[in-house]
Amino acid sequence: MTRDLDELYQSVILDHNKTPRNFHELPPPARHADGHNPLCGDRLTVWVDLDGDTVREVAFLGNGCAISTASASLMTAAVKGKSRAEAMALADEFQKLVTGRLEGDAERKALGKLQALAGVSEYPVRVKCASLAWHTLKAALAGAGEPISTE
Amino acid sequence: MTTAGTAPLPRSPAAPLDVAAIRTDFPILATRVGGKPLVYLDNAATSQKPVVVIEAVRRFLAEENANVHRGVHYLSERATLAFDAVRDEARAFLNAPAAHEVIFVRGTTEAINLVAQSYGRSTLRPGDEILLTTMEHHSNIVPWQLVAGQTGAVVRAVPITDAGEVDLGAYRRMLGPKTRIVGIVHISNALGTINPVADMTRLAHEVGAIVLVDGAQAAPHLPIDVQALGCDFYACSGHKIFGPTGVGLLWGRAALLDAMPPWQGGGDMIHTVSFAGTTFAPLPAKFEAGTPAIAEVIGLGAALRYLKGVGFEAIGAWEQELLTRATERVREVPGVRLIGTARAKAGVLSFTLEGVHPHDLGTILDADGVAIRAGHHCAQPVMERFGVHATARASFAFYNTFDEIDMLVRGIHRAREVFA
Repeated sequence: MTRDLDELYQSVILDHNKTPRNFHELPPPARHADGHNPLCGDRLTVWVDLDGDTVREVAFLGNGCAISTASASLMTAAVKGKSRAEAMALADEFQKLVTGRLEGDAERKALGKLQALAGVSEYPVRVKCASLAWHTLKAALAGAGEPISTE
Repeated sequence: MTTAGTAPLPRSPAAPLDVAAIRTDFPILATRVGGKPLVYLDNAATSQKPVVVIEAVRRFLAEENANVHRGVHYLSERATLAFDAVRDEARAFLNAPAAHEVIFVRGTTEAINLVAQSYGRSTLRPGDEILLTTMEHHSNIVPWQLVAGQTGAVVRAVPITDAGEVDLGAYRRMLGPKTRIVGIVHISNALGTINPVADMTRLAHEVGAIVLVDGAQAAPHLPIDVQALGCDFYACSGHKIFGPTGVGLLWGRAALLDAMPPWQGGGDMIHTVSFAGTTFAPLPAKFEAGTPAIAEVIGLGAALRYLKGVGFEAIGAWEQELLTRATERVREVPGVRLIGTARAKAGVLSFTLEGVHPHDLGTILDADGVAIRAGHHCAQPVMERFGVHATARASFAFYNTFDEIDMLVRGIHRAREVFA
């Protein structure tokens, strides 16, 4: 098995890790959810501000590895302006991407910049790092108050 | 062993260790990871197994397998003899006064849970205090929190210093007439600190508390002498001392163990059973309900014999050289912060690297075949104390080499370049 580190740590990921986008709180009435990966101690909070059914603003704060930080940052850019259902669907597509279950090139291309995280699928123990932000986003969209956990 | 480019350290005169020969005892060390030689520096998580351990387990399963303490047939007798012999070897390993004070358990975690649920639950009263140190592994915290919840006892944590040593002044002040149980890690898995267990035990005994020592990390590195330590309970795990997983040792003073109620009920731990009432077997069977991990115990016996053959004097001397070397080399890397700089340390090097999360460092090192641990090391209070979420940890065993430390350092530099 050969895994290419450059495939995992692409420049997009390094960039979003170093300067994460939408890295701040959102004031009420934005809803938020807390995500926690007990295995590694990563924690983050995702805020969503909905305008009707549309994600008007999305932001996050937290502490994690480059994969988890970049994933959260790319996610905020990807779901902004989407409907709640579109954001939920994107979360499912993203999960397929990082677990290597995306069927075709078209599906992959539909993920846009999120494709930078495709390399994670070669690192099974790092999938949770990439998924944490998305699980937390789904919890925030669902309005669940309980912290969500990758375990 | 080559140490090209660096001045050789003085060899320890008392204890030369033929590391190259020792490495051939451990088949897994020949593993290649993505075409590169495995550099196994995660020994504090679990140690690798010498061929004598692997062969002892195989031979038992192939030639002697039967349940113990039950049958009268040939195989059962063989198995029982082999199993019971390991208890004597474990007694010698811990320098315990008597073999029947050594209980086979699943590991350190189970040993501590046993003491908490049997000794703790039967003796603790509301307001009693259980005193732990801030550097305890979760396995020496959570069992006490559970029993505190059941009994109304209170868990308190002794602070640690910036170097990662127990604050002994605070420890003295926190000991008092309410202190019933003191739990101390012998060597910290997250910091490498070797605690002054004998002194701390003496102080605890002065206030009438009993002392449990978590020896999970100490047993692979130091000669254990429970009588010299003076403690009341000592726990360790087989898999950290080059034996199989699923087996560990609990030593306790016979007077305490005799007075304690059984923890788990079942076969092997009874004297007579009737629905009118059951009487319990004497030590050690009272605490060994059900079929034990027989093959694993046999493997542990082989590990203890192997360790005895290598000798802790030689092991200790070489591991100190490894630790000194690794500390010097790693601390030179810009952006490295060592977590745990106690005066007395075992072969654990915990650190953070500025701008690189420990998990990313772990992945980058893995690409070079270097296995380290990244995370909170099941010691979240330690992480909190040092204001970090996680650390990278390289932990050494006597089969590690200077070349492997060089590989570690090279990998850390590579991570800095990736994240520059």
